Amino acid sequence: MENNLNTTFEEQSKAYTTLNLGPTHPATHGIFQNILTMDGEIIVDSEQTVGYIHRAFEKIAEHRPFYQVTPLTDRLNYCSSPINNMGWHMTMEKLLGVTVPKRVDYMRVIVMELARIADHLVCNSVIGVDTGALTGFTYVFQWREKIYDIYEEICGARLTTNIGRIGGMERDFSKEVILKIEDFLAGFPKVFDEFCSLLERNRIFMDRTIGTGPITAEKALNYGFTGPNLRATGVDYDVRVMNPYSSYGDFDFTIPVGINGDTYDRFMVRQEEIRESLKIIRQALNNLPEGKYFAEVPSFYLPPKEEVYHNMEALIWHFKIVMGEADVPVGEIYHSVEGGNGELGYYLVSDGGRAAYRLHFRRPCFIYYQAFPDMVKGSTLSDAIVAMSSMNVIAGELDA
Amino acid sequence: MGSLSNQEIINHIQEAFPNLLVSSQESYGMMTIEVQANQVKNLFQFLYSNPALQFQFLTDLCGIHFPDQSGKELGVVYHLHSLVNNYRIRIKAFVPKSNPQIESVCSIFKSANWQERETFDFYGIEFLGHPNLKRILNVDEMNYFPLRKEYPLEDQHRTDKNDSYFGR
Repeated sequence: MENNLNTTFEEQSKAYTTLNLGPTHPATHGIFQNILTMDGEIIVDSEQTVGYIHRAFEKIAEHRPFYQVTPLTDRLNYCSSPINNMGWHMTMEKLLGVTVPKRVDYMRVIVMELARIADHLVCNSVIGVDTGALTGFTYVFQWREKIYDIYEEICGARLTTNIGRIGGMERDFSKEVILKIEDFLAGFPKVFDEFCSLLERNRIFMDRTIGTGPITAEKALNYGFTGPNLRATGVDYDVRVMNPYSSYGDFDFTIPVGINGDTYDRFMVRQEEIRESLKIIRQALNNLPEGKYFAEVPSFYLPPKEEVYHNMEALIWHFKIVMGEADVPVGEIYHSVEGGNGELGYYLVSDGGRAAYRLHFRRPCFIYYQAFPDMVKGSTLSDAIVAMSSMNVIAGELDA
Repeated sequence: MGSLSNQEIINHIQEAFPNLLVSSQESYGMMTIEVQANQVKNLFQFLYSNPALQFQFLTDLCGIHFPDQSGKELGVVYHLHSLVNNYRIRIKAFVPKSNPQIESVCSIFKSANWQERETFDFYGIEFLGHPNLKRILNVDEMNYFPLRKEYPLEDQHRTDKNDSYFGR
């Protein structure tokens, strides 16, 4: 709006206001900017600016040995890094033609489903916070910490986990890991039920979220929605079922879908998915097969450290792996996994060199965040903020 | 739920666009076809609306650079998914670096909007008919396309770090 002092009051009252939401507004949960054109309290138009934390991962990946790409994937959707790590390992295993033992598949499923729970807990509890209900957030974040404790017991890291290796897991689940997972499975459902009773049928919460930021199934597909956001519109597309990977076909679980594609449906789909994930973890833990926790890929899977000191062959492999000298086939791969917020894909072009010729990450939220202006046009600012937090847009993934 | 075979799709495409297909091959379980860049939009419209194919989900769109392929240096790689048939296909179209222009598929897939902007941002491929083709992740003032192969990752004048020991 031009700041012209000569305009009459009438003219001014007809003009739109421009409002900058972000880049560092607390309600955006990440660094991205929304330039909103407002008519009073109603949003007329919105334009997003992204790229504030762009770190050129795709360029870096072209200059690093394959095993050094894993830490880059940590930093995409950092609410569920283990899923990203596993997706990358599986892409490489597909390129190398490696079949991992069943035990690895099940261990991975356990870790990935824990990560999914952690991811959904962040998103759903933050929807609560944005609607003014802070209590639920404090309930479940304690249990998100317990998931991080499990990661820590498995791999030593908590947030950016770098968990697993190309060809398997870095070590077997210890007794403590199993105990911690059992503790989680025993204690979490009770707390989660409390969280559900705080929000799911809460009159105020329902009034704030039902009908907020809706999108139809046709539009959602056209905008490239995946994950819980797509399922909230009623489309039962889940990579775990459509293109099963890591033995997901062995488990009995359902894919919850919504009807209206609004904030409440997105919230409820995630709630149900947490329950399904608990079911999957329970099944995987009960049926955890015996066997090795890594596949025979000496050119990628590091030998045990004590062997490196005493065994010539192990030393050579260790050296070759660390220096990134392992041979890879020439080929093109697209592999996708069901990430915390949608289909996370890896498009890898290998020219047989030491690093990827081209690696592209299909980041789900980069694609579906485009729909945000369409979803909030005509709604109030407070609804737009709730709609945005229900979309689970993670800045690290958005900007790669 | 139907099922499609690679050959069926190739037949469908060749029937509708006789001179479009350059090559086709299956790589790691996904059929990859290379097409002439001049009719991409028509092809996508056909794949989208043909009742037997219904490729109505654009999974991914990205660029790629092969400096040694003269006349076809820059490429756009599309991953389409026919959800009805649960069939994925990879489509590539190459354009010369001297005139990197290709039709935009935004009018068919809204999800292509930002992905085409990203491809333009990193490879300088111009998408004709794109509603708002400008840089998305990099700053507007940038005057090069960073994912092209000739652009170095780091300042090449650094003397404290010699990467040649590591093969790159």
